[in-house]
Amino acid sequence: MQALAELKEQIRQALPDLDVVIGWQQGFDALHTRPLFIRSEEDIDKLVVNEFCVVNPASYLRELRGGKKVGLVLKGCDSRSVIELLQEDLLKEEDLTIFGFGCNGILNHTKLQARFGELGFIQSIENDGANVTVVVGDNKETVPFTELCADKCLTCVYPNTLQCSHFVGEESTKKPESEKNKALEEFEKLSLEERFAFWQDQMRRCIRCYACRNACPMCVCKDHCIANSREPKWLSEEVDVQNNFMFQLIHVMHLTGRCVECGECERACPMDIPIMLLRRKMAGVIRDVFAYNAGTNAEDTPPLMCFKVEEPTIEERH
Amino acid sequence: MACKFISNEDITLWLEALAKDHVVFVPVDDCGSVTFRPLAEGRKPVLDRVPVRSPKEAVFPQNETLLLYKYEKDLEDPEHSTVRIKETLPKERAVVFGTRPCGARGMTVFDRVFDNERIRDPYYATRRENTLFITLACNKVESTCFCHEVGSGPADTAGSDVLLTPVQGGYTAEAVTERGGQMLEASVFADGGNKCAEAEEVKKATREMLGEAHDYSDAPEKLLAVFDDDEFWEEQAAGCISCGACTYLCPTCYCFNITDEATGTTGKRLRTWDTCMSFQYTLEGSGHNPRSTKAKRLKNRVNHKFSYYPDTYEKNIACCGCGRCIKSCPASVDIRAIVKAAQARGAKKESK
Repeated sequence: MQALAELKEQIRQALPDLDVVIGWQQGFDALHTRPLFIRSEEDIDKLVVNEFCVVNPASYLRELRGGKKVGLVLKGCDSRSVIELLQEDLLKEEDLTIFGFGCNGILNHTKLQARFGELGFIQSIENDGANVTVVVGDNKETVPFTELCADKCLTCVYPNTLQCSHFVGEESTKKPESEKNKALEEFEKLSLEERFAFWQDQMRRCIRCYACRNACPMCVCKDHCIANSREPKWLSEEVDVQNNFMFQLIHVMHLTGRCVECGECERACPMDIPIMLLRRKMAGVIRDVFAYNAGTNAEDTPPLMCFKVEEPTIEERH
Repeated sequence: MACKFISNEDITLWLEALAKDHVVFVPVDDCGSVTFRPLAEGRKPVLDRVPVRSPKEAVFPQNETLLLYKYEKDLEDPEHSTVRIKETLPKERAVVFGTRPCGARGMTVFDRVFDNERIRDPYYATRRENTLFITLACNKVESTCFCHEVGSGPADTAGSDVLLTPVQGGYTAEAVTERGGQMLEASVFADGGNKCAEAEEVKKATREMLGEAHDYSDAPEKLLAVFDDDEFWEEQAAGCISCGACTYLCPTCYCFNITDEATGTTGKRLRTWDTCMSFQYTLEGSGHNPRSTKAKRLKNRVNHKFSYYPDTYEKNIACCGCGRCIKSCPASVDIRAIVKAAQARGAKKESK
């Protein structure tokens, strides 16, 4: 990122009035970043912004509620989760300082792994925006960025941070590759029986670690999730297809109309279960029925959180 | 150790023969990720990737039925009912094929806890007794590998019955235990010959790739020194999202929960994996929770592996260095870095 120095300067100036600024820093290898919590001047130098900044900093906001002044470095998709939280009255706008930039897409670890084997074996990786060059052992391969980027980047219409306090560098002019998610389009062509068989196979693999839930910026029940409640006990401790599927369906229903499709649930899943299919499906339903796109305007109320006698987008039967 | 050789083609024959009287768990491509599943027609072992799930599940499954029960009403005295209980000890014999040395070593961490002079967990001990581990030595290392730092190595035999090492055209096979030796009497094995020297070279080369090992031996005391340093633990845990992925995938994490899962008047007593990363793990009946924050929970996980366990079990670290907790962590939390930071923090304080 060319404007990184400028971004650091913006943070430096804002820091005295903030408790913390959340961004990213280099992780344990070249392919990983980890969240950075900037509390002092020295921390600012650790900030990195690149195609491996996958974690959504907004996921940490639920822990920082209650008057803390928080700064966030956010990609366009991440910023939608903040807007959605503001819409739901779970945050106060005056507590937040958002540092925005133009995002050109992030790389997806699962796709990299499917293509090149374990990430830990990758020796070097270079991205010029259009192509990614990867070195594994004696092999060097160049692959188009679009084959290795996160699925959300292929349909992204918000590459620039929305509603931010500071914006650094030039706006991204990145256009979506396609309007609809290809995996979802393919999935919708399957018969009901085939879809059910697909999910049974996938849900068998779920280990109920709840990484999907805990990585989700919209999952605000935190330690009091229905999945863990003991009295009453809604879900069995048994980790099987039925209970796993039940949990995942509860999860997706609680997010319907609120999910901003940041993809953190699927990215966090250690078993690579494609649960974004469920999220995207429901987001599509909400768009079709209510003409509503979650987390794009802080003044809106999510459609399932309000009641209107007549929905303007639903044709009533008279 | 006698060294034998088995060709790539004969591996399939050997596994099929073993499958006649064992459940043979092999690493397979499971919708994109590699997990251990029973050998079945069309399931080809994936041996060039490290399984995302650990081999512990063969001995310590995520769900284990401990007993079945049934309430029966006394028809003469409806206020009174009796309960019938049926014990369900595991019976099947199993082979885990293609685990890495780190994964097999994980079982030694379990052994000290579940089967010692004071305690013998019959479910664990029975499965352990009935399960053989055929381990595959590594010929590549990942950025998350640190087996050499916790007393192990890419050709470690601890916890294994047989150690295979990849060589040209197949694998050399060495027996680690007597039962492992019996397995190598199968006709698919040839004399190792000059392949054995090649295997030793592979082991040596892999160990060299790992580089110099960091010393964790003073970690117990250094971790104890920062025990009450809340600022330290909050800093370390800031990125943690408090899920349980690290503990579920870990070959050495053995915490469990026991619940009665009832359907009407019948039910089963179930043992399932639990995780110290969860808020509910230490939630007391009163509502009080001594580990109410993620920093306190992460502190427990790191301390358990690098301090409490070594203190209890003759300095053995309860970590096999497989790196699964780092590799699969959604926020790239690195346990190595946390322990090193504790060691450094202790040193910094001493010098003041």
